Formats: sequence, C-alpha cells, structure tokens
Amino acid sequence: MSSALQPNLQKKLDIDALLDDPQTQILVCCGSGGVGKTTTAAALGLRAAERGRRVVVLTIDPARRLAQAMGLDTLDNTPRPVAGIDDAKGGRLDAMMLDMKRTFDEVIETHATPEKAAQLLANPFYQALSSSFAGTQEYMAMEKLGQLRAQAEGDPDGWDLVVVDTPPSRSALDFLDAPQRLGSFLDGRFIRILSTPARVGGRAYLKVMSAAVGTVTGLMTKILGAQVLRDVQTFVAALDTMFGGFRERADATYKLLQAPGTAFLVVAAPERDALREASYFVERLAAERMPLAGLVLNRVHSGPAEGLSAERALAAAEDLDDSGESALTAGLLRIHADRKRLSEREQGLASRFFQAHPSVRVTRVPAKPQDVHDLDGLRVIGGDLAGA
Amino acid sequence: MASPGSSARSHKGPPIRRTTPEDHESDWTGVRLHIVTGKGGTGKTTVAAALALALAAGGRRTLLAEVEGRQGIAQLFDVPPLPYEETRVAVAPGGGEVYALAVDPKAALMDYLELFYHLGRAGRMLERFGAVDFATTIAPGLRDVLLTGKIYEAVRRRETLPARRGELQIERPVYDAVVMDAPPTGRITRFLNVNEEVVGLAKVGPIRNQANSIMTLLRSKQTAVHLVSVLEEMPVQETTDAVGELSALGLPVGGVIVNMVREPFLTQAALESAIGGDIDRAEVLAGLSAAGLGRRSRATGNDTSPAALATALLEEAAEHGARVRMERDERKELIALNRPTYELPAVASGIDLGTLYGLAAELTKQGAA
Repeated sequence: MSSALQPNLQKKLDIDALLDDPQTQILVCCGSGGVGKTTTAAALGLRAAERGRRVVVLTIDPARRLAQAMGLDTLDNTPRPVAGIDDAKGGRLDAMMLDMKRTFDEVIETHATPEKAAQLLANPFYQALSSSFAGTQEYMAMEKLGQLRAQAEGDPDGWDLVVVDTPPSRSALDFLDAPQRLGSFLDGRFIRILSTPARVGGRAYLKVMSAAVGTVTGLMTKILGAQVLRDVQTFVAALDTMFGGFRERADATYKLLQAPGTAFLVVAAPERDALREASYFVERLAAERMPLAGLVLNRVHSGPAEGLSAERALAAAEDLDDSGESALTAGLLRIHADRKRLSEREQGLASRFFQAHPSVRVTRVPAKPQDVHDLDGLRVIGGDLAGA
Repeated sequence: MASPGSSARSHKGPPIRRTTPEDHESDWTGVRLHIVTGKGGTGKTTVAAALALALAAGGRRTLLAEVEGRQGIAQLFDVPPLPYEETRVAVAPGGGEVYALAVDPKAALMDYLELFYHLGRAGRMLERFGAVDFATTIAPGLRDVLLTGKIYEAVRRRETLPARRGELQIERPVYDAVVMDAPPTGRITRFLNVNEEVVGLAKVGPIRNQANSIMTLLRSKQTAVHLVSVLEEMPVQETTDAVGELSALGLPVGGVIVNMVREPFLTQAALESAIGGDIDRAEVLAGLSAAGLGRRSRATGNDTSPAALATALLEEAAEHGARVRMERDERKELIALNRPTYELPAVASGIDLGTLYGLAAELTKQGAA
C-alpha cells in the first residue's frame, strides 16, 4: 500500500482550537441520516460550554433519551439552560428543539400587520405549507439559526457560539437549497400568475392576460379544483407584502452561512452511503464558498489488538478447534477477526474518501457499544472529538 | 430545472410474460405491495432489494421502486443510474425477474396528467410556467400523492396474455409484487398518509379522488409496511414508534426485519463470563500459547506478547459482551411488538449482488417471501 493510501496521514481536525477560537460563532453539523449528527452537535456544544463559551445548541429531531439528557422534555421552540454542566470557566449551555410550524407562524406574526397575520394563519394552504411542505423544516432551521445569531449579537452577555444540527433530509444538501427554493417560489412567475386575478380583484382582468396564462390557470383549476386554487390565491395575496422579505431573509441566511464566523462540520459514519453523501457535501460547500472545518468520522471500529490480522486470528481459531483446545480462546479470536475485518473495510472506505479530498481535516470518534443517555456520555464523545 | 426526458416520455413497462408464475406460500401471501421502511443506516434499501429478489423466485416478476431520488437501487445492483423507466436489474432463481424504477415526482406528474387529461403540449406549458415545480416541490402533500400514485398504478397495472387455441385469454397483474424502498421511519407515516395531507387542502376534485384511491390500497390487505431495524437503541425506538403511528392510522404493519445480526462467537457460558467481565485469563493465555500466537513484532514495534494480546482480546470480549447484552434487550423490545420477525446476518465484506441473493434466500427460508 502506498503511503498516499494511509488514512493516518490525513490532517487532523483540531476540535478544541475550533471551539476555543472566539471567531467561531456558528458551527453547522451536517451529514446524511443516522450518522450521529445530533449527538455530535450536543457533544460539541457541551464541550465548548465547559471550555468557557456561551453556547446555544439548536437540535432538530433528537432521540428521546438524548433530549432528556439535555433537559429538553418539551418542544417549545425556545432555548432553555441545560443543567449539570461545569461552568467553572464561565461558559453556559442552552439548548432547544425546533418547532417548524411555530417558527413559521412567528415569521408571519413579526412581518405582517396583526390583521393580515391572522388571515394568513387561518388560511388552509398556509396551514398545510407550514406543517408539511418538504422544505419547511430546512427553511425554518435556517430561519431559527438567523434569529438566534441576531439575538446573540444584540446582547453582549448573550451566546457567542451557535451550534446547529441539520434536518434529517432526503438528501443532506436540502437545507442549503430549501430557503432559496421557497424564496424563488414565493416571488416566481407561477405565483404571479396565481395571484394576479385575486390582486386585481376581478375576473375581467383575465381578458388582458395572454392566452397561455389563461390556459395554465384553467388547467390548474381542472387538476387541483377551484377551491384549492382559491386558497392558494388568497394566501399569495395576503403574503404579497412579505415577498421581498422572504427573499431577503433567504439571502441573508445564505450569506451568514458563507461568513467567516461560520464553520461546517460534515459528519459521516465509515459506511459507503454516508461517505458518498459526505463527499457530495464537501464538494457542494466548496462550490458555494462555505467554510468547511472538517470531517467527523463517527462510530469508527478499531481494536486494542490491532497488531493481529483477521487471517491469522481465524487460522489460529481453526487450529484450536482442530486440536480441541480452548474453545474460549477460539471464540475470542473470532470476535477479534470479525472486528478487524469491519475495521479494515471502514479504513478502505475512508481512504477512498480521503484520496478524493486530501485537504479535508478529520477527527475520528470510536464506536461505542451503547447510545448516549446523559451529559457524561456526551462528555466522552466530546473528548473523542477533540482527540483527548 | 428541466429533468432529462421530462418531455416526450415513453411509458414503458416490461414485455408480456409467456410463462405462468408458480404459486408461492409465505407469511405475506396475498400482499402485493410491500413497503419497506427503517431508520437511516439500518439497510432498508438492501432489505427491500433482497425482498424483491426473494418475491421474484419461481418465475415471478417484481418491481423494486425508490421514491427519494437517491439512486440507491442502481448503486446496489451496480447498474447505471435508473432512468424513469422500468428497467430489469436482476434475474431471480427459477426464472424470475426484478425490475426497478426510480420514481421522479415531475415525471410522475406528467404521467398522471397524460393518463387522466391527455394534456400533451399543454402539459409542457405547465412546466414552462413553473406549475410543475409548484406541484412537485411546494404544494403540500401533492408530491407524495404523485410518488405513491405511481406505485399505485404499478400495483394495479394488468397485462392480457393473448389466448392460444382452445384456451381462454389470461388477464393478470404485470407485477406479482411491488416493493417500495420507502422514506425512513421518521417520515413514513406522513408520507403514506397522503389522504390526510390532501384532505386539509382539496375537499373535492380529482386530486382528492386520486388520494382516496391510493389510501384505499394502502389500508387494504394487499399492502404491508415492513420495518427494518438493527439491534441498537435508537432504531428499535423508532421502529416501536412507527408501529404505533402506522397502526393508529389504520395502515397495515407488516413484519419486522432485524438486519445486520452478528453471529454468536462464544458459547452461552463464555458469553455470560464476557458480559460479567470474568473470563478466565489463564485459559486464554494457555489457548494463545497452544495456537502459537503472541510475540513481539520487530517490524511494527507492536507489543503482541501473549500477555498483551490476552489483555487486548479480553477487552474486546468485554465490549462484545456489553453489546450482546444490549442486543438482547433490544431484541426483546422488537419481539414485544408481536409482529412476524426475520433476522438477516451482518455481512462483514459489504453488500454486493452475491450477498443480495444470500439475503433473499434467507428471507424465503424464514417465510418473509
């Protein structure tokens, strides 16, 4: 094996330096589903707080016991202090779970007159959009991030670090695209067509519209039904004054993600699919000029008996079986061989990733036999992340 | 963004079969739509593929469909990215065939419009005005109606075998079974509950009717929603939650497939010692010596003396014990769900076509197909 294939030559990601740097103001944990993003975000938040930062962690959909460990028993869309942290260095830790519908409602309430807000909140199309549109969670996660950051900036004793977990999307990239998608929808051509009759307030106006536009609205009525179209039109008309606002907010969030105070951590497990997603993500971040801090390679299997190869262990186990000696030792050797094979496969997958992305810094977190249930468990993960 | 081939789409399915598939007895006889879900990382795509292979055995034909645009099926079967066309990806033992389809919401919308409204050029106009984007990305629930609608169509599609002399003409389903690689457990109820999503929106009209037809199939005995889990806490918790949510909505919960089960390497007694952390070190040292293992390596400087090796192996055994103990607890929780349960082994070398056939055989043996 040539030295280029050695994964240990990859540059180390120094988590403590990243957490201690006052310039680091936003940490975004992203990656595909099931790789431990939420746990990583929580562990980073805790470690940063215990090293003296004033941290807020925004989680999207934490596992029940992890949420309980952080005292997040209620989903109320507001950061709450996490009890039990070591604040000797002057840090603190707040945590919250995202409520996407409430966040959307708040955006409406802040940016529309009370009368218009009430009208919007009661609209059936808005209600469906705010609770089930495939991109709403991503959009609202970014919206909440913007809010938390603004709140932090307005308060000298407020948070100096926001750690954000990203939604378990169909694709890990969705949260980058969703704000723009919603933005471009809301001031796109189609919505103009839909909103035109309602805004002008008369079907007569249709006459001067081109035949094509008429055909499109006609078709939409035929397919969706007149009532759906009417709801959409009322929604669009009520939202009209906020169009510019939505686009601006989407742009502002996008810029925030590109700003020097932001660092992205791509989280992956050493598995084919997760690393492929991680690869896409690294490339996409580079294309968007968003600052990548490095890769967190989670749940890595390695063993204390690294020097003994799987083949030798299995051969020895067979010898022991043949001679009828120590079935116990044979069993232990098979456990070792199984682990070693897994570890070799993981290393192979990881080194393929690193060959494609030689400049990406990495930190490895060993696999644990059990899930994290409490702050101590998070501290252990934090230590692993920092390589301590 | 225009997707390739989104205009002038040919609606091509597989050719008419001349053979008659064998009858097939399993725990799911009568089920024609198998929906496979699971937490991310549990291997649901692999299990869905193995199930499609298993169900195709004996001259049957199955469709394996994915709905999340990940092209996971193509990667698994090592074929180029699937076009929006039912493509044969594998043959099953006994002359069966597995077709695959990556359902794309835009293409499904165009199909739908063509099927019900014969739109032709007007359909493309919708696309130009952004109406297609609206329908497939923004309009709540519509995307899922379209994706499940395509699956619905594939389940119900029939073929007519022309009559031979002296025989009656045969009409039968094009696919004996359809297997959907569905969204993960966290989103599965919302995805399948298209009716609910659309009801709030469209109280009458064609979309509402379509959603109702889909819901009728999904709630029928022809459908089973299988859950893939591994023996870890979070996946098991999500499986338990999903069973509750699906049942509450009247969606038929199918089997539980426990994936990546590791083989037992120790005898029951040794396993108990490993869990308790009191393995006989002297016996291990003697065993290592008998096997001729353990020496100091000059090349690497690693200390693999028998003592160091024994310590390392005991440490690994203790972790193995902790894991096995946790797996026992998790398995108990899955069994308590009281659903037919199947177990598939962990494959240390990674999944390829060969191992898929192995997993398919295992599913058949256990009665899942």
